[in-house]
Amino acid sequence: GLCQPVWRFQVSSALKEGHVTPTELCQRCLALIKSTRFLNAYITVAEETALKQAEESEKRYKRGQPLGVLDGIPIAVKDNFNTAGIETTCASNMLKGYISPYNATVVQKLLDQGAVLLGKTNLDEFAMGSGSTDGVFGPVRNPWSYSRQYKEKSAPKSHSEDKESNWVITGGSSGGSAAAVSSFTCFAALGSDTGGSTRNPAAHCGVVGLKPTYGLISRHGLIPLVNSMDVPGILTRCVDDAAVVLGCLAGHDPKDSTTIQDNFKPFELPSLPDVSKLSIGIPKEYHAPGLSSEILALWSKATDLFKNAGAKVIEVSLPHTRYSIVCYHVLCTAEVASNMARFDGLEYGHRSDMNKSTESMYAATRREGFNDVVRGRILSGNYFLLKQNYENYFIKAQKVRRLIANDFLKVFGSGVDILLTPTTLSDAVLYREFIKEDNRTRSAQDDILTQAANMAGLPAINVPTALSERGLPVGLQFIGRSFQEKQLLTVAKWFEKQVKFPMIQLEDVKRHNHDVFQHEKSASFS
Amino acid sequence: QPLAVEVLDHLEQLALVDFRDAEGIERLRKAIQFADQLHEVNTDGVEPMDSVLEDRCLYLREDDVTEGNCVSELLKNAREKVEEYFVAPPGNIPLPKLEERETFLQCS
Repeated sequence: GLCQPVWRFQVSSALKEGHVTPTELCQRCLALIKSTRFLNAYITVAEETALKQAEESEKRYKRGQPLGVLDGIPIAVKDNFNTAGIETTCASNMLKGYISPYNATVVQKLLDQGAVLLGKTNLDEFAMGSGSTDGVFGPVRNPWSYSRQYKEKSAPKSHSEDKESNWVITGGSSGGSAAAVSSFTCFAALGSDTGGSTRNPAAHCGVVGLKPTYGLISRHGLIPLVNSMDVPGILTRCVDDAAVVLGCLAGHDPKDSTTIQDNFKPFELPSLPDVSKLSIGIPKEYHAPGLSSEILALWSKATDLFKNAGAKVIEVSLPHTRYSIVCYHVLCTAEVASNMARFDGLEYGHRSDMNKSTESMYAATRREGFNDVVRGRILSGNYFLLKQNYENYFIKAQKVRRLIANDFLKVFGSGVDILLTPTTLSDAVLYREFIKEDNRTRSAQDDILTQAANMAGLPAINVPTALSERGLPVGLQFIGRSFQEKQLLTVAKWFEKQVKFPMIQLEDVKRHNHDVFQHEKSASFS
Repeated sequence: QPLAVEVLDHLEQLALVDFRDAEGIERLRKAIQFADQLHEVNTDGVEPMDSVLEDRCLYLREDDVTEGNCVSELLKNAREKVEEYFVAPPGNIPLPKLEERETFLQCS
């Protein structure tokens, strides 16, 4: 059946050979989205337009003229990308009701290839967070919470209420996209990655999460967080699929002057990748405090895999790693302070009823529109940018950024091809545990292994590796040289083949929907 | 080190965002404390880095009009408009001073 997981756009061949039609595929995905609504992965489902796109795709297949591998493939897009005619909220009250007048370049490119846009996925408000728990539409639930693998490992609970509170987070901020791919509602999804926001949820949801080199993929239409670090991220179920999507999206965009002008050639990965001639670096600083012993063991096992394949594996040092998070904190809040200034209610988005003066209207609009996390970052950012602080904080952070980027340059310059590190410190935590700490603390903890790659603009990818003792996904991260995505993905594909990460066994979804409903009903009577 | 009310007031005016409560102020204090770790790093002789693409030339396109004329599209998302204008409340009226403003800072 089609709701069976399909690896590698095999579904493309199925479409080509007529075993399934684009409209059937679209309808199945839409039905699955409905039955997995409890995951809260989607903010908007664009059912009508998706079906129309599927119909158009079907006509092309009937004529024998599909646009390419992506024609008819259902995809989802994080709700911080502009999508023409479809609400784009960034999971914030500030943009509730905002209908984008244009498509982000990456969205347009996917649509031009015939992809079917199913909907917009949930995130932390304005992509600030590492749990996908802080958006106005509520938290996203990790599909693995409902997997047989997780349930088998959790202590049996008799009370149904307890069952409900045992779900784990997706990680963030692209949690909705990761959950959507992980639960088979789409074949690929767009996320964004500023400090790890694509790789982190990819690790927790057991999917491939690619952060491309800064400057490779257009940010035009991606509502910005940190202009010097943001990149669109790609989430798929296997590395080959990520390469296909990358091939569609990469390349210079005249509308984004930070995209490089080099010619980009889409590539196919070798079917039998060879890593024997490679040098793999293991940065010792990534053995960070708090790293779970499980993940440490997996990391070690992975290095053995490479050694046994003939690759050279050496320990390296990135001495400024532990300052990456602090540096990010200052640069991010500073850029956020600037980027969020555009939200004043005048041209789009929420507008307060206050109309005594322009400034008081702006202030009221922003008070009403932003959550605590966003407001906190704006205020911090403005503090670091004050005249008396600019040199000591903002410029200082920019200097530290150079040191961090130089650490990588040195290591890659010494003959190392790829770095291998953990992606997260542990497997996904329970939601009820996660919310005990505030957003900034959590982000600082969770971004520690992913953030430096954004600082240096390097490509990085999470590859699902194994299940933890709790039956939840754990991934490992590869970091490559600038614009060497082909090499990065080749190594990732080789590794993926070695570890044979298990498929999620989702319990009967219909039954769970009923349970959730019951819980909601009883909650409203108490 | 406690933050002076004048600084907090100044930040609220610059950011046009309020601290809302003691938690908001505490959040800033913690953020500064966290950022202070940067001062442990020796950055003598290090140039600040604006962009990882600093070695490349920024792409600039020709100053030709290639798209536009989408006034109605753009006005769709605005709440207050008249003909082809966005309508703002009266400008040149500064935010009320701290004493007159409805802000948590009055209590601190």
